Amino acid sequence: MFPGIEEAVLQVVSPATLLLCLAGVVAGMAVGATPGLSATVGLALLLPLTFTLDPARGLVLMGAFYSGAIYGGAFTAILVNSPGTPSSIATTFDGYPLTRKGRSEVAIIAVTTASVVGGLVGVVGLLLLGPAIADVVLAFGPQEYFWLGIFGLTMIAGLAAKSLVKGFAAGFVGLLISTIGIAPVGGDVRFTFGFTQMQAGVPLIVALIGFFTVPAMIDLMVDPGSRAAAMRREARRREPGLLLRTVRDVLSRPLNLIRSAVIGTFVGMLPGAGGNVANLIAYNEAKRASKTPGEFGKGKVDGVVAPEAANNAVVGGGLIPLLTLGIPGAPPDAVIFGVLLLHGLRPGAELFTTQGELTFTFIIALGVSALLLAPVGLIVGRGLQRAVVRTPTAYLVPGIALVTMIGAYAVRNNPLDVVIMVALGLVGYGLRHLGLPPAAVVLGVVLGPIIEAGLGQGLLTASGDAVPWLSFFTRPVSAGIIVLVLLALLWPLWGRWRRLRAARTTSAAGAAGPAADTEREGTK
Amino acid sequence: MHNTSRRAFLAGLTAAALPLPLAGCATRSAPAGGDVADYPTRSITYTLPFDPGGESDITARLQQQPLEEALGVSVVVTNRPGGGGAVGWSELVHQTRPDGYSLMGANVPHVILQPLARGQAGYETDQINWAYIFQSTPNALVVSGDGPFRTVDDFIAKAKTEKLSLGGSGSYSANHIGALALAQESGADVTYVPFSGTAAASPALLGGQVDGLMTYNTEALQLQDKGMRVLAVASEERVPEFPDVPTLRESGFDIVEGAWRGVAVPPETPDRVVDVLADAFARVNQDREFRKKATNLGFHILDWGPRESAEFIRERTALAKDLLRRFDLLHG
Repeated sequence: MFPGIEEAVLQVVSPATLLLCLAGVVAGMAVGATPGLSATVGLALLLPLTFTLDPARGLVLMGAFYSGAIYGGAFTAILVNSPGTPSSIATTFDGYPLTRKGRSEVAIIAVTTASVVGGLVGVVGLLLLGPAIADVVLAFGPQEYFWLGIFGLTMIAGLAAKSLVKGFAAGFVGLLISTIGIAPVGGDVRFTFGFTQMQAGVPLIVALIGFFTVPAMIDLMVDPGSRAAAMRREARRREPGLLLRTVRDVLSRPLNLIRSAVIGTFVGMLPGAGGNVANLIAYNEAKRASKTPGEFGKGKVDGVVAPEAANNAVVGGGLIPLLTLGIPGAPPDAVIFGVLLLHGLRPGAELFTTQGELTFTFIIALGVSALLLAPVGLIVGRGLQRAVVRTPTAYLVPGIALVTMIGAYAVRNNPLDVVIMVALGLVGYGLRHLGLPPAAVVLGVVLGPIIEAGLGQGLLTASGDAVPWLSFFTRPVSAGIIVLVLLALLWPLWGRWRRLRAARTTSAAGAAGPAADTEREGTK
Repeated sequence: MHNTSRRAFLAGLTAAALPLPLAGCATRSAPAGGDVADYPTRSITYTLPFDPGGESDITARLQQQPLEEALGVSVVVTNRPGGGGAVGWSELVHQTRPDGYSLMGANVPHVILQPLARGQAGYETDQINWAYIFQSTPNALVVSGDGPFRTVDDFIAKAKTEKLSLGGSGSYSANHIGALALAQESGADVTYVPFSGTAAASPALLGGQVDGLMTYNTEALQLQDKGMRVLAVASEERVPEFPDVPTLRESGFDIVEGAWRGVAVPPETPDRVVDVLADAFARVNQDREFRKKATNLGFHILDWGPRESAEFIRERTALAKDLLRRFDLLHG
């Protein structure tokens, strides 16, 4: 079934390959934890180095680096509200609140556990299902991506804690930001206000730093005391057995881990969506399935576990279409694709047969790298956590300001991006005071291009039909996603109705009115 | 506490102000005479105005080592993506010092079509100062392997009775105007569907969402492995990787279209510097290892120096203007 897998195993367990895995994971973690330096940029920096290695070793190094980078993105998301890569957006939602509560070590241990499990699930999916389910990818056309984006937008209902209207307003601000630059379909130049540099639009990572990190830093500048108390407690505290307790706690809810990892593997498979979408969906589904959804966003461990299990599963999932169809599942896969091509390896069935040894070496090394995340992450991640916790606010804030500016610049080596980041940061700070959740804005920025391209391409591909827009409703997979969208929209209503009924049956007739009112407040 | 907060705030502000003056540092001034005579004496930056991992990026990273050998100095490859390359090229012609220490990858037809279609692309086609054009990837027309089309004529005949869709990479790209040119030459009804890249367009054909693809020969090679049928290539002569596939010209359509890649410098760069660079890229093309890898990837190696490149650009600009005018796609 797996020709060449024995040789592959032998090659992976050799000291040289293991060392390469370790080096890749460590380097990836460092790059991933730097906001602005994404997995893609880091892999490109590695390219010249892989030319000097044989194909298998080059791929092993890149796979390990990729895993490390996606995992490393969680560190800064948790510690300073700055997603190191777009794959850790949702990790900030509960990770930073955990830090503010003085529970950052718990968060780091939890995401490490989640990343290992997620990475392994992705690799198993790639190994066992890869060639068999690659065709699923092809059932996703423009129409399906459009609906997937709309499904993503329904998350606003969950992110908008206080007011649905303000949540959607924030979402539309994000969609508007995503339209700046060259139109994905048609190539029109939009909202550049005469600045030619704005043709490039607003890069996601710059928006992330602006909307998440800058307001968090302003908060610390305005009121340094808010951080000091909880953190000083954590810096002083020594909790024996915290590691084991946290790992056991995370593993005690396998459903959350597995659900998130499966979401990650599946979304990773889709070439039009990657870790940036997968981590958000996984977070939202974890919240929806939870018995206590109200605790999400306030520092719940499950809220960091879900996105981090999902994004490391994307690593394996994204390689499914790459290795079987030659279609990169996520942007970092494009660089790995380049390495394959350079070595004259053409993706397709032969990668799993005649080139089996090479392919399985790569896949198994990915699994080993996922396991390596645990020891390396617990040392590096907790070291970083301790350093951040112990650094006085007066040094931490300017330090982070500097790192994020370098990061924003590094995304495209463009100084304008630093200006955009600061501007969006101030906007984000203002919007939050108006009650517009920044997470909903970012959701719009992530999903806008997917929805817009899907709509435009869908209408064009169906332009031979009598009524092109009907194609958005008649395709079977589209219909399936529409059902999911409707379910997502009706879910909160159903929950409210159920609670209303429960309130009515338990309370006496006279008390029903006010009880129902407070329920409504609580569910908004 | 109050004092600490103010200090933190001020420190934050200082950090915020730091990178801004740096942005203006890339001033333009002509290099001193002595610099030109013994160029190059220090490290050269070779920037790609695209994301890492694409054809242009991979090529530059393959070129890096032989280029260092040819020039005798180190070469640093970086990316400055945005606007389909426009952000990088705009910077090249307006902000980069014309001393030959900053090179940028440049692509045809991008540098021709962006100014024509956008009006304000941030640069003009004739401001791109070509040092060398080193490779091309011609367009190829690819359809489903088990579909009804066996020849270009089959496809065109069908497109005259009903609307067919052709996917491709991007708007105002080689694939886009390749599809337009085919529609123009044949009188067929073809709708072009732009996708976000070469690889992103392929699932649409494999999954049957489009009737065909106008893609590059490199991608066509991979699609053929997956059972797709290559109907024609838009090169002047048949290409070695598809010896049995006719050119569009053989099929009666006078279309030569695709992407041409090269390297450019700022407008006022001294001729001597441009010549040194052209010479170096010519030597890179002769490097056996580079040649082998580039050819394996499906790149057609070209050796066009500054004058040949400029002449080629003039020719292609006239053609593109004409085509866009017919489809009413010219800006303004």
